[in-house]
Amino acid sequence: MNQTENENTFQPKPYSNPYLAGIGLGLVLLLSFVIMGRGLGASGAFSSAITAALDKLSPEHVKSNEFYSEYLGDGTKSPLKDWLVFEVIGVFAGGLLSGALAGRIKKGIEKGPRVSNSSRLLFAFIGGALMGFGAKLARGCTSGQALTGGALLNVGSWAFMMCVFAGAYAFAYFMRRQWQ
Amino acid sequence: MNAPFFKYGLFGDDFSLVVAFLIGIGFGFFLERAGFGSAKKLTAQFYFIDMSVFKVMFTAIVTAMLGLYYLGVLGLINLSLVYLTPTYLIPQILGGLILGIGFVIGGYCPGTSCVAVSTGKIDALVFLIGVVAGIFAFGEVFPLIKNFYYSSDMGQLTLPQLLNIPYGLIVFLVVLMAVGGFIGAEFVEKKMKK
Repeated sequence: MNQTENENTFQPKPYSNPYLAGIGLGLVLLLSFVIMGRGLGASGAFSSAITAALDKLSPEHVKSNEFYSEYLGDGTKSPLKDWLVFEVIGVFAGGLLSGALAGRIKKGIEKGPRVSNSSRLLFAFIGGALMGFGAKLARGCTSGQALTGGALLNVGSWAFMMCVFAGAYAFAYFMRRQWQ
Repeated sequence: MNAPFFKYGLFGDDFSLVVAFLIGIGFGFFLERAGFGSAKKLTAQFYFIDMSVFKVMFTAIVTAMLGLYYLGVLGLINLSLVYLTPTYLIPQILGGLILGIGFVIGGYCPGTSCVAVSTGKIDALVFLIGVVAGIFAFGEVFPLIKNFYYSSDMGQLTLPQLLNIPYGLIVFLVVLMAVGGFIGAEFVEKKMKK
Protein backbone atom coordinates (compact mmCIF):
# COMPACT_ATOMS: atom_id res chain seq x y z
CA MET A 1 0.00 0.00 0.00
CA ASN A 2 2.79 2.35 0.92
CA GLN A 3 4.37 1.87 -2.45
CA THR A 4 1.24 2.93 -4.37
CA GLU A 5 0.98 6.03 -2.23
CA ASN A 6 4.55 6.92 -3.05
CA GLU A 7 3.90 6.39 -6.71
CA ASN A 8 0.86 8.62 -6.54
CA THR A 9 2.89 11.53 -5.23
CA PHE A 10 4.88 11.48 -8.48
CA GLN A 11 1.74 11.62 -10.62
CA PRO A 12 0.96 15.05 -12.06
CA LYS A 13 -2.07 16.65 -10.43
CA PRO A 14 -5.25 16.82 -12.51
CA TYR A 15 -6.08 20.07 -14.33
CA SER A 16 -8.37 22.62 -12.70
CA ASN A 17 -12.08 22.73 -13.32
CA PRO A 18 -12.41 24.67 -16.63
CA TYR A 19 -14.98 27.12 -15.24
CA LEU A 20 -12.77 27.96 -12.25
CA ALA A 21 -9.71 28.41 -14.49
CA GLY A 22 -11.88 30.59 -16.76
CA ILE A 23 -12.96 32.80 -13.85
CA GLY A 24 -9.29 33.15 -12.82
CA LEU A 25 -8.32 34.08 -16.37
CA GLY A 26 -11.24 36.51 -16.60
CA LEU A 27 -10.21 38.24 -13.36
CA VAL A 28 -6.63 38.64 -14.63
CA LEU A 29 -8.04 40.19 -17.81
CA LEU A 30 -10.33 42.47 -15.78
CA LEU A 31 -7.38 43.51 -13.62
CA SER A 32 -5.47 44.44 -16.77
CA PHE A 33 -8.39 46.60 -17.97
CA VAL A 34 -8.70 48.31 -14.58
CA ILE A 35 -4.99 48.90 -13.94
CA MET A 36 -3.71 49.49 -17.49
CA GLY A 37 -6.74 50.29 -19.65
CA ARG A 38 -5.75 47.52 -22.03
CA GLY A 39 -6.19 43.77 -22.32
CA LEU A 40 -3.89 40.79 -22.72
CA GLY A 41 -1.81 39.74 -25.72
CA ALA A 42 0.82 37.34 -26.97
CA SER A 43 1.68 37.58 -30.67
CA GLY A 44 2.54 41.28 -30.44
CA ALA A 45 5.49 40.50 -28.15
CA PHE A 46 7.04 38.34 -30.86
CA SER A 47 6.57 41.10 -33.45
CA SER A 48 8.55 43.39 -31.14
CA ALA A 49 11.25 40.75 -30.70
CA ILE A 50 11.59 40.25 -34.48
CA THR A 51 11.72 44.00 -35.03
CA ALA A 52 14.46 44.34 -32.39
CA ALA A 53 16.50 41.57 -34.02
CA LEU A 54 16.07 42.94 -37.56
CA ASP A 55 16.91 46.44 -36.35
CA LYS A 56 20.30 45.12 -35.25
CA LEU A 57 20.88 43.32 -38.59
CA SER A 58 19.52 45.88 -41.03
CA PRO A 59 18.20 49.17 -39.59
CA GLU A 60 17.40 50.54 -43.09
CA HIS A 61 15.19 47.57 -43.87
CA VAL A 62 13.21 48.09 -40.65
CA LYS A 63 12.82 51.83 -41.20
CA SER A 64 11.59 51.40 -44.77
CA ASN A 65 8.95 48.82 -43.80
CA GLU A 66 5.77 50.21 -42.30
CA PHE A 67 5.00 47.02 -40.38
CA TYR A 68 8.30 46.87 -38.52
CA SER A 69 8.64 50.61 -38.03
CA GLU A 70 5.38 50.64 -36.10
CA TYR A 71 6.97 48.32 -33.52
CA LEU A 72 10.12 50.44 -33.58
CA GLY A 73 8.22 53.49 -32.37
CA ASP A 74 10.09 56.79 -32.38
CA GLY A 75 13.38 54.96 -31.99
CA THR A 76 14.22 56.46 -28.61
CA LYS A 77 13.90 53.13 -26.80
CA SER A 78 14.38 49.47 -27.64
CA PRO A 79 11.33 47.69 -29.15
CA LEU A 80 11.87 45.15 -26.36
CA LYS A 81 11.00 47.72 -23.71
CA ASP A 82 7.39 47.05 -24.50
CA TRP A 83 4.35 46.18 -22.37
CA LEU A 84 3.51 42.96 -24.24
CA VAL A 85 7.12 41.75 -24.17
CA PHE A 86 7.17 41.98 -20.36
CA GLU A 87 3.69 40.45 -20.16
CA VAL A 88 4.77 37.43 -22.24
CA ILE A 89 7.88 36.93 -20.10
CA GLY A 90 5.39 36.77 -17.23
CA VAL A 91 3.32 34.19 -19.12
CA PHE A 92 6.38 31.91 -19.38
CA ALA A 93 7.02 32.41 -15.64
CA GLY A 94 3.37 31.85 -14.66
CA GLY A 95 3.17 28.66 -16.70
CA LEU A 96 6.36 27.42 -15.08
CA LEU A 97 5.02 28.24 -11.61
CA SER A 98 1.70 26.47 -12.14
CA GLY A 99 3.33 23.50 -13.88
CA ALA A 100 5.92 23.11 -11.11
CA LEU A 101 3.29 23.27 -8.36
CA ALA A 102 1.25 20.56 -10.08
CA GLY A 103 4.20 18.33 -10.99
CA ARG A 104 3.47 18.73 -14.72
CA ILE A 105 6.90 19.77 -16.02
CA LYS A 106 8.14 17.03 -18.28
CA LYS A 107 10.23 17.14 -21.45
CA GLY A 108 8.41 15.58 -24.39
CA ILE A 109 6.48 15.91 -27.63
CA GLU A 110 2.69 16.17 -27.49
CA LYS A 111 0.92 14.12 -30.14
CA GLY A 112 -1.53 11.34 -30.83
CA PRO A 113 -0.34 7.73 -31.14
CA ARG A 114 -0.57 7.56 -34.94
CA VAL A 115 2.03 10.13 -35.96
CA SER A 116 5.84 10.16 -35.84
CA ASN A 117 7.85 12.71 -33.86
CA SER A 118 9.32 14.30 -36.98
CA SER A 119 5.96 14.80 -38.69
CA ARG A 120 4.54 16.21 -35.47
CA LEU A 121 7.36 18.76 -35.30
CA LEU A 122 6.89 19.65 -38.96
CA PHE A 123 3.16 20.20 -38.35
CA ALA A 124 4.00 22.27 -35.24
CA PHE A 125 6.20 24.55 -37.37
CA ILE A 126 3.64 24.89 -40.20
CA GLY A 127 0.80 25.52 -37.74
CA GLY A 128 2.90 28.10 -35.89
CA ALA A 129 3.77 29.91 -39.11
CA LEU A 130 0.09 30.07 -40.16
CA MET A 131 -0.77 31.35 -36.67
CA GLY A 132 1.89 34.05 -36.81
CA PHE A 133 0.76 35.23 -40.24
CA GLY A 134 -2.96 35.02 -39.42
CA ALA A 135 -2.53 36.83 -36.11
CA LYS A 136 -0.81 39.77 -37.81
CA LEU A 137 -3.49 39.94 -40.51
CA ALA A 138 -6.20 39.93 -37.83
CA ARG A 139 -4.34 42.44 -35.61
CA GLY A 140 -4.15 39.99 -32.73
CA CYS A 141 -4.39 36.35 -31.71
CA THR A 142 -6.56 34.35 -29.33
CA SER A 143 -5.43 36.55 -26.40
CA GLY A 144 -5.44 40.00 -27.93
CA GLN A 145 -8.53 39.58 -30.10
CA ALA A 146 -10.70 36.70 -28.88
CA LEU A 147 -10.30 37.12 -25.11
CA THR A 148 -9.68 40.86 -24.82
CA GLY A 149 -11.91 42.01 -27.67
CA GLY A 150 -14.53 39.41 -26.73
CA ALA A 151 -14.92 40.93 -23.26
CA LEU A 152 -15.03 44.45 -24.77
CA LEU A 153 -17.74 43.34 -27.24
CA ASN A 154 -15.48 44.45 -30.10
CA VAL A 155 -17.15 43.71 -33.47
CA GLY A 156 -13.94 42.68 -35.25
CA SER A 157 -12.92 40.43 -32.36
CA TRP A 158 -16.22 38.54 -32.36
CA ALA A 159 -16.04 38.03 -36.14
CA PHE A 160 -12.44 36.87 -35.71
CA MET A 161 -13.29 34.46 -32.89
CA MET A 162 -16.07 32.76 -34.86
CA CYS A 163 -13.72 32.37 -37.82
CA VAL A 164 -11.04 30.79 -35.61
CA PHE A 165 -13.48 28.11 -34.49
CA ALA A 166 -14.85 27.72 -38.04
CA GLY A 167 -11.36 27.31 -39.53
CA ALA A 168 -10.25 24.84 -36.86
CA TYR A 169 -13.39 22.69 -37.07
CA ALA A 170 -13.32 22.72 -40.87
CA PHE A 171 -9.70 21.53 -40.97
CA ALA A 172 -9.83 19.14 -37.97
CA TYR A 173 -10.78 16.14 -40.13
CA PHE A 174 -7.48 16.34 -42.06
CA MET A 175 -5.47 16.44 -38.84
CA ARG A 176 -7.26 13.63 -36.99
CA ARG A 177 -4.34 11.22 -37.33
CA GLN A 178 -2.06 13.67 -35.56
CA TRP A 179 -4.23 14.02 -32.46
CA GLN A 180 -6.62 11.12 -31.99
CA MET B 1 -11.46 55.07 -7.73
CA ASN B 2 -10.26 56.43 -11.05
CA ALA B 3 -9.69 53.54 -13.40
CA PRO B 4 -7.89 52.69 -15.63
CA PHE B 5 -5.16 53.72 -13.17
CA PHE B 6 -2.38 53.97 -15.77
CA LYS B 7 -4.44 56.29 -17.98
CA TYR B 8 -5.06 58.59 -15.00
CA GLY B 9 -1.31 58.82 -14.40
CA LEU B 10 -1.17 56.82 -11.16
CA PHE B 11 2.19 55.41 -12.30
CA GLY B 12 4.56 55.79 -15.22
CA ASP B 13 5.83 53.73 -18.16
CA ASP B 14 8.59 51.97 -16.23
CA PHE B 15 6.28 50.71 -13.51
CA SER B 16 3.77 49.63 -16.18
CA LEU B 17 6.35 47.03 -17.28
CA VAL B 18 6.38 45.58 -13.75
CA VAL B 19 2.57 45.42 -13.92
CA ALA B 20 2.88 43.72 -17.32
CA PHE B 21 5.14 41.04 -15.88
CA LEU B 22 2.81 40.40 -12.90
CA ILE B 23 -0.32 40.27 -15.08
CA GLY B 24 1.52 37.91 -17.42
CA ILE B 25 2.28 35.59 -14.49
CA GLY B 26 -1.44 35.45 -13.67
CA PHE B 27 -2.29 34.84 -17.33
CA GLY B 28 0.25 32.03 -17.74
CA PHE B 29 -0.67 30.50 -14.39
CA PHE B 30 -4.35 30.08 -15.25
CA LEU B 31 -3.62 28.90 -18.81
CA GLU B 32 -1.47 26.11 -17.37
CA ARG B 33 -4.02 25.34 -14.61
CA ALA B 34 -6.67 24.88 -17.32
CA GLY B 35 -4.46 22.33 -19.07
CA PHE B 36 -3.66 24.60 -22.00
CA GLY B 37 0.02 23.65 -21.93
CA SER B 38 -1.09 20.47 -23.68
CA ALA B 39 -1.72 20.40 -27.44
CA LYS B 40 -3.74 17.21 -27.12
CA LYS B 41 -6.08 18.82 -24.62
CA LEU B 42 -6.41 22.00 -26.70
CA THR B 43 -7.13 20.20 -29.98
CA ALA B 44 -9.59 17.76 -28.34
CA GLN B 45 -11.97 20.73 -28.57
CA PHE B 46 -12.14 20.29 -32.35
CA TYR B 47 -13.05 16.60 -32.09
CA PHE B 48 -15.81 17.28 -29.51
CA ILE B 49 -13.95 15.16 -26.93
CA ASP B 50 -12.96 17.84 -24.43
CA MET B 51 -14.65 21.24 -24.75
CA SER B 52 -12.34 23.01 -22.28
CA VAL B 53 -11.14 25.61 -24.80
CA PHE B 54 -14.69 26.85 -25.27
CA LYS B 55 -15.55 26.62 -21.56
CA VAL B 56 -12.44 28.41 -20.28
CA MET B 57 -12.50 31.07 -22.99
CA PHE B 58 -16.15 31.96 -22.58
CA THR B 59 -16.04 31.86 -18.77
CA ALA B 60 -13.11 34.29 -18.95
CA ILE B 61 -14.88 36.55 -21.47
CA VAL B 62 -18.10 36.59 -19.41
CA THR B 63 -16.21 37.25 -16.14
CA ALA B 64 -14.23 40.19 -17.55
CA MET B 65 -17.24 41.52 -19.50
CA LEU B 66 -19.51 41.50 -16.42
CA GLY B 67 -16.77 43.04 -14.27
CA LEU B 68 -16.24 45.89 -16.73
CA TYR B 69 -19.97 46.43 -17.12
CA TYR B 70 -20.67 46.72 -13.40
CA LEU B 71 -17.56 48.83 -12.70
CA GLY B 72 -18.76 51.09 -15.52
CA VAL B 73 -22.31 51.32 -14.13
CA LEU B 74 -20.92 52.18 -10.68
CA GLY B 75 -18.76 54.89 -12.27
CA LEU B 76 -15.54 53.26 -11.06
CA ILE B 77 -13.95 52.93 -14.51
CA ASN B 78 -13.97 55.23 -17.51
CA LEU B 79 -14.70 52.71 -20.27
CA SER B 80 -13.83 55.17 -23.03
CA LEU B 81 -10.20 54.98 -21.85
CA VAL B 82 -9.99 51.18 -22.29
CA TYR B 83 -8.23 50.55 -25.59
CA LEU B 84 -10.39 49.02 -28.33
CA THR B 85 -8.69 47.62 -31.44
CA PRO B 86 -10.32 49.10 -34.56
CA THR B 87 -12.30 46.69 -36.73
CA TYR B 88 -11.07 45.86 -40.23
CA LEU B 89 -13.66 43.21 -40.95
CA ILE B 90 -12.41 41.30 -44.02
CA PRO B 91 -8.72 40.99 -42.99
CA GLN B 92 -9.87 39.90 -39.53
CA ILE B 93 -12.19 37.25 -40.96
CA LEU B 94 -9.42 35.87 -43.18
CA GLY B 95 -6.88 36.14 -40.35
CA GLY B 96 -9.24 34.23 -38.05
CA LEU B 97 -9.69 31.42 -40.57
CA ILE B 98 -5.91 31.10 -41.12
CA LEU B 99 -5.34 31.16 -37.38
CA GLY B 100 -7.98 28.48 -36.79
CA ILE B 101 -6.41 26.18 -39.39
CA GLY B 102 -2.99 26.87 -37.85
CA PHE B 103 -4.41 26.01 -34.42
CA VAL B 104 -5.51 22.50 -35.39
CA ILE B 105 -2.32 21.84 -37.40
CA GLY B 106 0.11 23.25 -34.82
CA GLY B 107 -1.82 22.35 -31.66
CA TYR B 108 -1.36 25.66 -29.82
CA CYS B 109 -1.98 29.36 -30.10
CA PRO B 110 0.80 31.87 -29.34
CA GLY B 111 -0.08 32.37 -25.65
CA THR B 112 -0.67 28.71 -24.83
CA SER B 113 2.53 27.69 -26.63
CA CYS B 114 4.56 29.85 -24.17
CA VAL B 115 3.05 27.93 -21.26
CA ALA B 116 3.73 24.63 -23.05
CA VAL B 117 7.38 25.62 -23.59
CA SER B 118 7.65 26.39 -19.86
CA THR B 119 6.40 22.90 -19.03
CA GLY B 120 8.89 21.20 -21.36
CA LYS B 121 7.06 20.60 -24.65
CA ILE B 122 9.50 20.41 -27.57
CA ASP B 123 6.69 20.67 -30.14
CA ALA B 124 5.61 23.96 -28.54
CA LEU B 125 9.11 25.36 -28.96
CA VAL B 126 9.06 24.41 -32.65
CA PHE B 127 5.57 25.93 -32.90
CA LEU B 128 6.89 29.22 -31.45
CA ILE B 129 9.75 29.24 -33.96
CA GLY B 130 7.02 28.81 -36.59
CA VAL B 131 5.11 31.79 -35.16
CA VAL B 132 8.25 33.93 -35.45
CA ALA B 133 8.71 32.73 -39.05
CA GLY B 134 5.07 33.54 -39.84
CA ILE B 135 5.31 37.05 -38.42
CA PHE B 136 8.56 37.60 -40.32
CA ALA B 137 6.88 36.42 -43.55
CA PHE B 138 4.01 38.83 -42.85
CA GLY B 139 6.44 41.69 -42.29
CA GLU B 140 8.27 40.96 -45.53
CA VAL B 141 5.11 40.81 -47.68
CA PHE B 142 3.46 43.71 -45.83
CA PRO B 143 4.15 46.28 -48.58
CA LEU B 144 2.28 44.00 -51.04
CA ILE B 145 -0.79 43.39 -48.85
CA LYS B 146 -0.94 46.80 -47.19
CA ASN B 147 -4.08 47.87 -49.08
CA PHE B 148 -5.91 44.70 -48.08
CA TYR B 149 -4.69 45.06 -44.47
CA TYR B 150 -6.34 48.48 -44.23
CA SER B 151 -9.51 47.50 -46.15
CA SER B 152 -13.07 47.35 -44.72
CA ASP B 153 -12.14 49.87 -42.03
CA MET B 154 -15.04 50.21 -39.57
CA GLY B 155 -13.14 52.12 -36.89
CA GLN B 156 -13.50 51.38 -33.18
CA LEU B 157 -16.85 49.62 -33.10
CA THR B 158 -18.63 47.59 -30.42
CA LEU B 159 -21.58 45.21 -30.80
CA PRO B 160 -23.96 47.56 -28.90
CA GLN B 161 -23.04 50.35 -31.38
CA LEU B 162 -23.34 48.11 -34.44
CA LEU B 163 -26.68 46.56 -33.49
CA ASN B 164 -28.01 49.68 -31.77
CA ILE B 165 -28.96 47.63 -28.71
CA PRO B 166 -28.21 48.87 -25.15
CA TYR B 167 -24.87 47.73 -23.68
CA GLY B 168 -26.54 46.01 -20.70
CA LEU B 169 -28.84 44.00 -22.95
CA ILE B 170 -25.94 42.73 -25.10
CA VAL B 171 -24.08 41.76 -21.91
CA PHE B 172 -27.16 39.82 -20.80
CA LEU B 173 -27.50 38.11 -24.21
CA VAL B 174 -23.81 37.11 -24.23
CA VAL B 175 -24.21 35.59 -20.74
CA LEU B 176 -27.30 33.67 -21.94
CA MET B 177 -25.44 32.46 -25.03
CA ALA B 178 -22.45 31.36 -22.95
CA VAL B 179 -24.60 29.46 -20.44
CA GLY B 180 -26.43 27.78 -23.34
CA GLY B 181 -23.03 26.92 -24.83
CA PHE B 182 -21.81 25.45 -21.53
CA ILE B 183 -24.89 23.22 -21.23
CA GLY B 184 -24.37 22.12 -24.84
CA ALA B 185 -20.65 21.47 -24.23
CA GLU B 186 -21.37 19.27 -21.18
CA PHE B 187 -23.96 17.35 -23.20
CA VAL B 188 -21.58 16.80 -26.13
CA GLU B 189 -18.75 15.61 -23.85
CA LYS B 190 -21.05 13.08 -22.14
CA LYS B 191 -22.26 11.82 -25.50
CA MET B 192 -18.70 11.39 -26.84
CA LYS B 193 -17.68 9.39 -23.75
CA LYS B 194 -20.24 6.67 -24.56
